[in-house]
Amino acid sequence: MQGVMLWAASLVAIAVPAAFALTSPLLQWRDPVYILAGFAGVVGMALLLFQPLLVGDHMPGLAGKRGRLAHRVVGAALVLAVVVHVVGLWITSPPDVVDALLFLSPTPFSAWGVIAMWAVFAAAMLGVLRRRMGSRLRLWRMLHSALAVVIVLGTVVHAVQIQGTMEPVSKGILAAAILLALGRVLLDRRVWALLPVLRQR
Amino acid sequence: MTISGITRRKVMTTGSAALLTAASGLIVPARAAGVAPTPSMRGGSNNYRPGASIVDRIGGGGFWMTGTVRRAGDGAPLPGQRIQIWAHTTEGHERDWDSHGATLTDANGEFRLEMPQIVPAFGQAHGHLAYDGDAFDTVFLRPLMASANDTSLSAHFVLQPA
Repeated sequence: MQGVMLWAASLVAIAVPAAFALTSPLLQWRDPVYILAGFAGVVGMALLLFQPLLVGDHMPGLAGKRGRLAHRVVGAALVLAVVVHVVGLWITSPPDVVDALLFLSPTPFSAWGVIAMWAVFAAAMLGVLRRRMGSRLRLWRMLHSALAVVIVLGTVVHAVQIQGTMEPVSKGILAAAILLALGRVLLDRRVWALLPVLRQR
Repeated sequence: MTISGITRRKVMTTGSAALLTAASGLIVPARAAGVAPTPSMRGGSNNYRPGASIVDRIGGGGFWMTGTVRRAGDGAPLPGQRIQIWAHTTEGHERDWDSHGATLTDANGEFRLEMPQIVPAFGQAHGHLAYDGDAFDTVFLRPLMASANDTSLSAHFVLQPA
């Protein structure tokens, strides 16, 4: 029962902001490429809610190995969403995206998005290289978890400041849910206990 | 005749005091008093189109971009100065030529150009303005709207003679 509730709550938390974004009045004044780019950002943010829950064994029906496989599939989709978001925005207004990538943008949220983008790429790269890490899996998990924190904080600060197609209240609730999901799994896993300094105590 | 009043101590203390005063900024060099030139804003020149023509109105109008142009130093209003204006509006993207237009300041150094309603783009509702003439240094502005529902926006230029 609790599992059904979690699934239902998660789906509502992403479906409501997505529905608002798809019906935003701003869309009527945007080209298809810009609309796609903006919505790819919404999708990317929504996917972040599931990543910790999937790998942390919290999604009923997708436990254990299946959950980790789903985590990889969703991770790949997240990389794709980020690429579509940035390329679509670049087509819409190249100088604005160049400014953002160089950390010269006048908009305070751009740098956070760019930081989160690089962290997504790095976390995905680590995912691909996991098997090559051999016996250093503790180090691997620490790095991947640290990147997850950067991705989530960067994305939330990025999204919340943007005056765009997302409706502010449902966007804020989704942001809070993403923070809670990551925080819960990091606590469950006691990731910090992997730090060598703390393990000696 | 002896210069009795000047002791070594007096020279040292006076000299030190003078140095300290200058270093602390209490003595400032003579400087043109008055109005400082407006610096360009970050991102102000994005999607600028050199040579956009002077128009009576951009598109269907409904939104007013207003402002003033003055000279640095004395703050004198500058008539006849060309200001280019563009934005993401209900009628087009910033990069579209039709979203761009220019106007001239009047005798009071004021400009006022009607354009379509600006809508939020790239996360903020904002406009772009450029002074790109030869007589003064180029300035690009990127003012923000306090609310996306505003139907006017103003921006002010203080230009440095080139």
